[in-house]
Amino acid sequence: MNDKPHLDVEALAELQDVMEHEFDLLIQTYLADSTTRLDALKTALEEKDADQFAKTAHSLKGSCINMGAPRLGGFCFEAEQLGKSGDLGGAGEVLARIDAEFEEVARRLRHFGADA
Amino acid sequence: MPPLKVLIAEDSDSDRLILARLIQKLGHQVLEAVDGAEAVELFGLHQPDLVLLDALMPRMDGMEAARQIKWLAADRLVPVVFLTSLSETADLAQCLEAGGDDFLIKPYNSAILEAKIRAFNRMRVLHLELAEQHAQIQRQNERLLEEQRLALRVFENVAHTGCLDAANIRHYASPLSVFNGDVLFASQRPGGGLLVFLGDFTGHGLPAAIGAMPVAEIFYGMAARGFDGPDILREINRKLQRILPVGMFCCGAMIESDFKHGLLRVWNGGLPDGWLVRADGERVAIPSRHLPLGVQDPQRFSASMVVLNTSPGDWLVLMTDGFSESRNQLGECLGEEVVREVLADLGAGQSPFEPLMERISEHTGEPLPADDLTLCCLQIVDDNTEEAQAGRLSESALSGATDWRCVYELREQTLAEFSPLPMLLHICMEVPGLRRKSGEIYTLLSELYNNALEHGVLALSSEWKVSAGGFSRYYQERERRLADTDGHFIRFELSHRPRLGGGCLTIRCEDSGEGFVFAEASDTVSASQPVSGTTYSGRGLEILRRMSSHLQVHGAGNCVEIVYEWMLPGETGHGGNGPMMMENSR
Repeated sequence: MNDKPHLDVEALAELQDVMEHEFDLLIQTYLADSTTRLDALKTALEEKDADQFAKTAHSLKGSCINMGAPRLGGFCFEAEQLGKSGDLGGAGEVLARIDAEFEEVARRLRHFGADA
Repeated sequence: MPPLKVLIAEDSDSDRLILARLIQKLGHQVLEAVDGAEAVELFGLHQPDLVLLDALMPRMDGMEAARQIKWLAADRLVPVVFLTSLSETADLAQCLEAGGDDFLIKPYNSAILEAKIRAFNRMRVLHLELAEQHAQIQRQNERLLEEQRLALRVFENVAHTGCLDAANIRHYASPLSVFNGDVLFASQRPGGGLLVFLGDFTGHGLPAAIGAMPVAEIFYGMAARGFDGPDILREINRKLQRILPVGMFCCGAMIESDFKHGLLRVWNGGLPDGWLVRADGERVAIPSRHLPLGVQDPQRFSASMVVLNTSPGDWLVLMTDGFSESRNQLGECLGEEVVREVLADLGAGQSPFEPLMERISEHTGEPLPADDLTLCCLQIVDDNTEEAQAGRLSESALSGATDWRCVYELREQTLAEFSPLPMLLHICMEVPGLRRKSGEIYTLLSELYNNALEHGVLALSSEWKVSAGGFSRYYQERERRLADTDGHFIRFELSHRPRLGGGCLTIRCEDSGEGFVFAEASDTVSASQPVSGTTYSGRGLEILRRMSSHLQVHGAGNCVEIVYEWMLPGETGHGGNGPMMMENSR
């Protein structure tokens, strides 16, 4: 668990500044990309592919950090470490948290986009 | 800063979108790749200035892409920056080992990205400038070398090696020595014997080589025309003094070797001691007694040469200061004392060349001496040996003047001040093939001229020369009478006709004198009888008689005509040493 916020509002404001009218596109892109990666994480877990699990968690971590979702990024980091250790024993529990947090982030981002 | 072409490779769509917009907002052009393989492909197609790579990507990861991109970039400096959220130092180090130049840590920050792009652009521009400067230096260096090669070719045309290849000359000179200011020339003299000049110009490179050009031209030009060492030295000094800037001059030595009479005339201006090593082991130093060439004005210049007697088997040694200044790996000079040591250890008649060269190699530890060393050893030989004959001046062209006639008359004061021999010899040497006979032609011309001047115009009696006291009286009287040549002349009439494989040269020499002693004597004998030559400059007549195929005395005996028939070696026909007729006609 971590005590980071769901969204880094300051970072998102900056992104909004950079992306201008493409900010919505960015959010759509991030959500679509992340959904793909979440599926990939589940597949890797089912196939007990620790290496692939770590790599996918790493990539997802990167985009979460960039998108101002530090709490989700933190969970991804945990998943990455598990993958690297080769022991996917606790991975199911972490993946569940990532799933839930992603739902939260997605909801808040859509909301953030609509607010802007 | 001009807009840069920036390649980004990132498999996360949202990250790539953010990065692309950030870079575009900074005013640069973006190329986007979704993995390493596409990054490498785009790099080859578009030659970007900066590459940003995500470390972990499908198909080809960032590290492999970095390696391939660095290889493709070759000499170009293309900074590669890894995009990463890696937090472990070992992973970061791995990225650097793969050729990464820096990291950009997620989340991306516009200010940091801008600062990094600026820094890498400065590095890139600096590298381009360095590469351009390097290329420019290389181009200049190549041009300089090309110019040197060209200059060397021109120089070699003027300053050919002359007869340095003769068997009795051993020498070392770097092929590029002219650019270190060293010159070494040798020329056979038309009357036999040898002239050698060794010079060492101050300075290096083209300025030194430029000074060497006129020296070569003067040396070979004048030597071929029969001028003596002092005349050539005076001319070289006059020329160099005029053309060289103050502070630039030429240390030099001139050797005039007369094998026939066993004499060596030496002039040394500024070079290290030369040495005459006699066959019996005696060593005579030839130190510099003059200022270098190009320093003194012509009035103060002294071209007087030291005369040494020599025997076959003696060796003469000349060198530039590159010898004593050769350094070993500790930077220590060899020193002049070593020359004495090496020469003292020589066996009887042994060539000093090899021992001197070996001593240098021992000292420097290098197989070849430095470029600024020139060493020349001349062995004194018997005049009749092949060595003395070898390398006699060869004909300069196959075609030339073969059928001609000319008249040259010297009058009054000019008789006392000017010798026509070099010029007359030069005219004869224009006949192709006749250059090989230059020694004989010179002898003929000089005998005719000296007889016309001394016995004809000056009416000196050759009988005076027989006694010791008469010899000096003869020359005193010669000087005195030369002061008054009013109304006198010597006229040369030369004509040449070609023949198969050779030619026929007729020389007629007439003077304004009252007739030779020879002519007075000839009155007492009948025209059909051979005339005794003892009263007519005994040796001179004998030489003329031996060398020409026909000799005729006209008028009062003040006009002598000889016919010289010549053949090139290998041709059959009537040679110059054939049977001789002599007539005395009125």
